[in-house]
Amino acid sequence: MFEFLIALGVLLIIGILILMFRVEILVGVARKKDDTDPGSGSSNNVNAWLFILFALVGTALFLWYSFGEADRYTLPLASDHGFETDQLFNITMWITGVVFVITNIVLFYFSYRYRYRKGQKAVYYPHNNKLEVIWTVVPAIVMAVLIGKGLIVWGDIMEDAPDNSEVIEIMGYQFAWDVRYSGKDNEFGEYDYRNIDGANLFGLDLEDEGSYDDFSALEIHIPKGQTVLLKIRARDVLHSVFLPHFRVKMDAVPGMITQFKFVANKSTQEMRDELNDPEFNYELACTEVCGRGHFSMRKILVVDEPEDYAKWKEQQKAWLKLNPDYLSKVPENLRETAIVKAGLTKEDINSLEASLY
Amino acid sequence: MATEEINVVEEVGHEEHDHDHHGNFWTTYVFSTDHKTIAKQFLITGIFWALLGGILSVIFRLQLGFPESSIEWLRPFLGDWITGDGKLDPEFYLALVTMHGTIMVFFVLTAGLSGTFSNFLIPLQIGARDMASGFMNMLSYWFFFASSVVMFTSLFIETGPASGGWVIYPPLSALPQAVNGSGLGMTLWLVSMALFIVSTLLGGINYITTVINMRTKGMSFSKLPLTIWAFFLTAVIGLLSFPVLFSAALLLIFDRHFGTSFFLSDIYINGEALPNQGGSPILFQHLFWFLGHPEVYIVLLPALGITSEVISTNARKPIFGYYAMIGSMLAIGFLSFIVWAHHMFVTGMNPFLGSVFTILTLIIAVPSAIKVFNYITTLWGGNIRFTPGMMFSIGLVSFFISGGLTGIALGNSAVDIQLHDTYFVVAHFHLVMGSASFFGLMAGVYHWFPKMFGRMMSNKLGSIHFWLTFAGVYLVFFPMHYIGVAGFPRRYYSFTNFDTFNDFTDLNVLVSIAAIVTLAAQFIFLFNFFYSIFRGKLAPANPWGSTTLEWTTPRFPKHGNWPGEIPAVYRWPYDYSKPGADEDFIPQTVPYSETPESNTPAENEKIKLETNGDEIVVKQNGDSH
Repeated sequence: MFEFLIALGVLLIIGILILMFRVEILVGVARKKDDTDPGSGSSNNVNAWLFILFALVGTALFLWYSFGEADRYTLPLASDHGFETDQLFNITMWITGVVFVITNIVLFYFSYRYRYRKGQKAVYYPHNNKLEVIWTVVPAIVMAVLIGKGLIVWGDIMEDAPDNSEVIEIMGYQFAWDVRYSGKDNEFGEYDYRNIDGANLFGLDLEDEGSYDDFSALEIHIPKGQTVLLKIRARDVLHSVFLPHFRVKMDAVPGMITQFKFVANKSTQEMRDELNDPEFNYELACTEVCGRGHFSMRKILVVDEPEDYAKWKEQQKAWLKLNPDYLSKVPENLRETAIVKAGLTKEDINSLEASLY
Repeated sequence: MATEEINVVEEVGHEEHDHDHHGNFWTTYVFSTDHKTIAKQFLITGIFWALLGGILSVIFRLQLGFPESSIEWLRPFLGDWITGDGKLDPEFYLALVTMHGTIMVFFVLTAGLSGTFSNFLIPLQIGARDMASGFMNMLSYWFFFASSVVMFTSLFIETGPASGGWVIYPPLSALPQAVNGSGLGMTLWLVSMALFIVSTLLGGINYITTVINMRTKGMSFSKLPLTIWAFFLTAVIGLLSFPVLFSAALLLIFDRHFGTSFFLSDIYINGEALPNQGGSPILFQHLFWFLGHPEVYIVLLPALGITSEVISTNARKPIFGYYAMIGSMLAIGFLSFIVWAHHMFVTGMNPFLGSVFTILTLIIAVPSAIKVFNYITTLWGGNIRFTPGMMFSIGLVSFFISGGLTGIALGNSAVDIQLHDTYFVVAHFHLVMGSASFFGLMAGVYHWFPKMFGRMMSNKLGSIHFWLTFAGVYLVFFPMHYIGVAGFPRRYYSFTNFDTFNDFTDLNVLVSIAAIVTLAAQFIFLFNFFYSIFRGKLAPANPWGSTTLEWTTPRFPKHGNWPGEIPAVYRWPYDYSKPGADEDFIPQTVPYSETPESNTPAENEKIKLETNGDEIVVKQNGDSH
């Protein structure tokens, strides 16, 4: 009933508006309004003034929000290269911001200033080579500067990671992230997507010695002040690794490894202190649409002081230790190595043997 | 009112004796080969799609602006896409985003814009009786119609329409296991796009052929209105790039149905390792954006062409830098083919390519800047009449500036790392491509409505429509820049899962309300449009005082456009407010020999050419006005 009344009300209002529109036309016809000239009539001036009003209100809102709320929309920064990209972003925004305000204001001001007046004749001004050269060359120079700076920054970010980088593998799948560390041997085990099952999320190849001490973790830990090289892959569809506070983004592509190197320069604790927010955590988000749960692919990333990081790594248990059943997939001659590298204990092996026979 | 009625009667009486073509209802209105009718068919279909695309966007804006509130009241329309607790289904959210993008980019701003105005204006403005092939032109519309039917059908199937984003990146779009929309919905999407591409190519070949071959006497390329230049270049770009999308779609169909591995490799999904190996999802992105980027200009160039014409006419000034405008369109058209990978800076593409594409991308800013400065200088010293068409054109220039400038940030690969796939990108392309082109479309409709339907639209309603839409669009898209700088990713159903993105509910509410108001304002246009088709005031022959040829046709031109000879052309289309001339415009059909008072010495020289052996043309032209 209520909906019906609303619908009725809306219909009534529309009806009244149409009626008013009709009456207005009829009054116009009756008054024999001269509208052979589209510029005549008061509405032309009203529109001209509205452009000025729009320019003023728009500029005021833009300046107010851009400067007034800058803290709110600026993400805190926690990486070395992020300083460069932020700086380039700010330079670009200052240049384009100034051009944005000036050109828009000129556009609206000219619209107002040169509004129709009876008997006024427009200036016949088809071209001016000097002006045209100026506004070809000036943007070209500005672009050249931005390109130059951009290429330098891009080159630095994308250059090869130093050999002593901390390599971490991140894998995206519907709808979560998983992370793999190379373990004590600093060597990632081979993998094959055909080995993947419910527990072996990475598809580790258990015939490869490198995989025995590889470990995974619920939270990503990285050391502060050291180059971290993310090796990124995906298991099913495209995902994208986005670490907003580190200005890091790279797609995760099935069948291909992508990478991104960066140096975190603020530990989680330092950021918590700085923001005065004890709950703060760095987050990893997905930025390539990947299906139903795209918006929920979150993983926490913790930046540790180097010594804490080393300690944390020490405490992590190898994947094989947590999944001793998979020892059965290790070739006979490598079992001993696997047991040692994975840090398996007697109990683990006993229970395993029980299951083997 | 009385005067209107009398006018109608007079007009009917007058037209009784000059219709040369007449057919039955089917050949006149449905399977018509008349470019004007086909243009109207494209326009009305485009309006239908625009409305649908707009409604879809408002539905997902409800989710983004008011994630807590129930949308149970939409259940009669959306059925099970509303979950048990009255929320939008997250997968349907993706489907809405996907269909909104597909509909707006292809069905509204490509077919609705190019299809309408290239068809309508090319023959009328170059002085031709129709397109080179009326039949192909008709096919072009009906392929578009078939494509529309298929796409529309996909909205109603059980597994839902395609939902992998309008860019349909595989593997998501290739695997029905990954998302429901990649089942039948995606198949229909691909079939629909294949038909759409056929339509675009049929249309494009026609536009190009017509412009090259069928210009009237005297209509050299340097006398073409900028609209025609824009439509011509758009058609060329489309002809070169759409086949690449076709090939990408074809390979995707192979991957989906015939077990090939062009785009698939090493995939484990739903507890199963797929046999596909060796394919590359990046390859698809290269193919897609090889169309996708030129597509941006396919959408934008016609709007810029329309704007050039409308601004010049209503500022009563020649367009500033006619040759620079053509040159910048040529440059944009050329560059549009070699910037595609700026959509792929962080996809894992070789970083060296990132550098190359940064350089090429930022170069586009130069011809774009030239166009903006030329528009602004055209306004300077004018005598501006704020017709709705003019206001929408000024709005377009404003959007082109605001949205174009953020492209300078995004085009720089280093800066793009952070901004890629955030709301900053959404803000950027909705302003520069979406809204600017939409405003071009609107400017065109308001400006050429009198020629299309022989009647006038209400200027007052047009002004209200403009101001609500203009303010609305800025309120929708400007706040998104801030949300994007804060890192908010696109295509997120909700932001509550992340502490980092747990802000800006206020801006999101504002954006959603603005979107609803903007959509509502479009109904003012719809009323104005359909009301005026039937009951608008009859249009004078040349309501805006334009110089171009279309205004030399009768109020209701028949198939063939001009009852007598096609008029010849003697001058460029921008002789507005020429010093010495009596009126503030001199139509293209007026020879220099008739305007000694306003000729420059160089133009006086041309008089000889006009009379030498061309007397007949001059005489007939004199008769026509």
